[in-house]
Amino acid sequence: MKPRLAQKIAFAFLLLATLLVVLPVLVILLIIVAKGASAISWDFLFSMPRDGMTAGGIFPAILGTLYLVIGAIIFAVPLGVMAAVYLVEYSSDNWLSRLVKLSIVNLAGVPSVVYGLFGLGIFVTFFRFGASILSGSLTLGIMILPVIITSSREALESVPRHFRTVSLSLGASRWQTIRHSVLPHALPGILTGMILGLGRAAGETAPILFTVAAFYLPRLPQSVFDQTMALPYHLYVISTQVPGIAENVRYGTALVLLSLVLLLNLAAILIRSRFRRKKKW
Amino acid sequence: MRVRKLKEWLIEKSILLSGIFSVVFVVLIFLFLLREGLSLFRGESVIDFIFGKSWYPISDPPRFGILPLILGSLLVTLGAAAISVPIGIAAALYIAEVAPLRLREALKAGIELLAAIPSVVIGFIGLITLGPWIKNLFNIPTGLTALTGSVTLAFMAMPTIVSIAEDAITAVPRQYREAAIAMGATKWQTTWRIVARAARPGMLAAVMLGIGRVIGETMAVMMVTGNAAIIPTSFLQPVRTLTATIAAEMGESVQGGPHYAALFAIGIVLFVITFLINGVADLYLHRSRR
Repeated sequence: MKPRLAQKIAFAFLLLATLLVVLPVLVILLIIVAKGASAISWDFLFSMPRDGMTAGGIFPAILGTLYLVIGAIIFAVPLGVMAAVYLVEYSSDNWLSRLVKLSIVNLAGVPSVVYGLFGLGIFVTFFRFGASILSGSLTLGIMILPVIITSSREALESVPRHFRTVSLSLGASRWQTIRHSVLPHALPGILTGMILGLGRAAGETAPILFTVAAFYLPRLPQSVFDQTMALPYHLYVISTQVPGIAENVRYGTALVLLSLVLLLNLAAILIRSRFRRKKKW
Repeated sequence: MRVRKLKEWLIEKSILLSGIFSVVFVVLIFLFLLREGLSLFRGESVIDFIFGKSWYPISDPPRFGILPLILGSLLVTLGAAAISVPIGIAAALYIAEVAPLRLREALKAGIELLAAIPSVVIGFIGLITLGPWIKNLFNIPTGLTALTGSVTLAFMAMPTIVSIAEDAITAVPRQYREAAIAMGATKWQTTWRIVARAARPGMLAAVMLGIGRVIGETMAVMMVTGNAAIIPTSFLQPVRTLTATIAAEMGESVQGGPHYAALFAIGIVLFVITFLINGVADLYLHRSRR
């Protein structure tokens, strides 16, 4: 075969494969929007479920997911950003930093259901928090820690070396340098990581199965020691566990969850690309 | 002045501590899995647990053999890898080497969005659309089979495979391409014989991380595979994976009982498998960067 022809055929195949990866995203979006949009109403978003979830809205699930992701972020962002500062600014390439990096890789690879087991073992049982927003948030927080550390690290590493040397040569201490000449420039990147973490925490089901999620709880949680409904678990419940739920309610719930997660991710992508374009030092 | 010194000392120590926390969490996860799971092996041998052919956790006496679950996970994972590896690598080559810059950015954003779709939403779509379709296509009693799980999980593995493989391909030095083109090779010959070969360790890592994601995936696989804990003999029958077993049965197990311990013991197995996969993948990634 002529090399030119071979190239044409090969590139056509590569393009086809790429379409196979990307098109399903559009198809999934279209199906869910087309079939779920009719369920979305003020009442659906802001009222309690009624009659064993066959009627009423999904407000407690939406609010529960918000509580959980906020709790996870409060826990994971300070810890994750400081861990990134340690790796980029303080550690040299020794056994400890290598161990930390290996741990982060492994934390990222631990299956979500194993995080659920861990949360059940440590927060629910050992610390006696019970199945509660606190247990669920902490479990999700540990799960998104690698996301936050990795993007904060990238953000810190992208700040040029000489920002630090200049600050240090002017007599600033190491921490002052980090606080005033490094962190402000890394902020957009850190924010990106935070939003990605939010999206991940909002969509995960397995870690909250045994640590917080309530099957059907038509009232709002009163404290961090209460159980709560959550959107992803609610979608699982109404699509597999409870018969007789109208199809558009299922699609509607999927649409709300998907919109929440995709909007967060889109925001992260936009912030990052703006940041990359603006950054010219 | 002394107050500031003290403050900085405290801040620097807490930064060091935060760094160490990642290590602490990995260790804690393993310890708590052991703490809850090891009690199973007072009444059960490890061999019977791993190679036992029947999983009847609530019969009397209960049987805790996880071979059907391991084979279920293996079958679904192999199927997903067979679909996602060729497609994912091809897509990575296209995005890194062929696509024009603007299209490239759009495609990468699209793949990031695919990665972001919650697994329960993918499971839901698989359950409602793919399941019935496979049922009709093969004329079988249920559409919730290993094959359905494999196809669904392939889509969850692809973003991982594509983005890591794409990084590895982009990291191949420009001189390699220039040298090949200068020798008269076409762009495709360069891509396939030079670039893809140079990026091989990174691609291998991409495949392993994709497989790691598939093995650990829980909700989608639980929703679409039909959940029958029997040793599978074909792709067209329901299977149950390790992850789905934990998620589905934890709610009905008695805390501290043997069933509860057995589910944590499955967690240990999963933790060890993913730990090994990620460790080896990380080694390959480092090799490809050098």
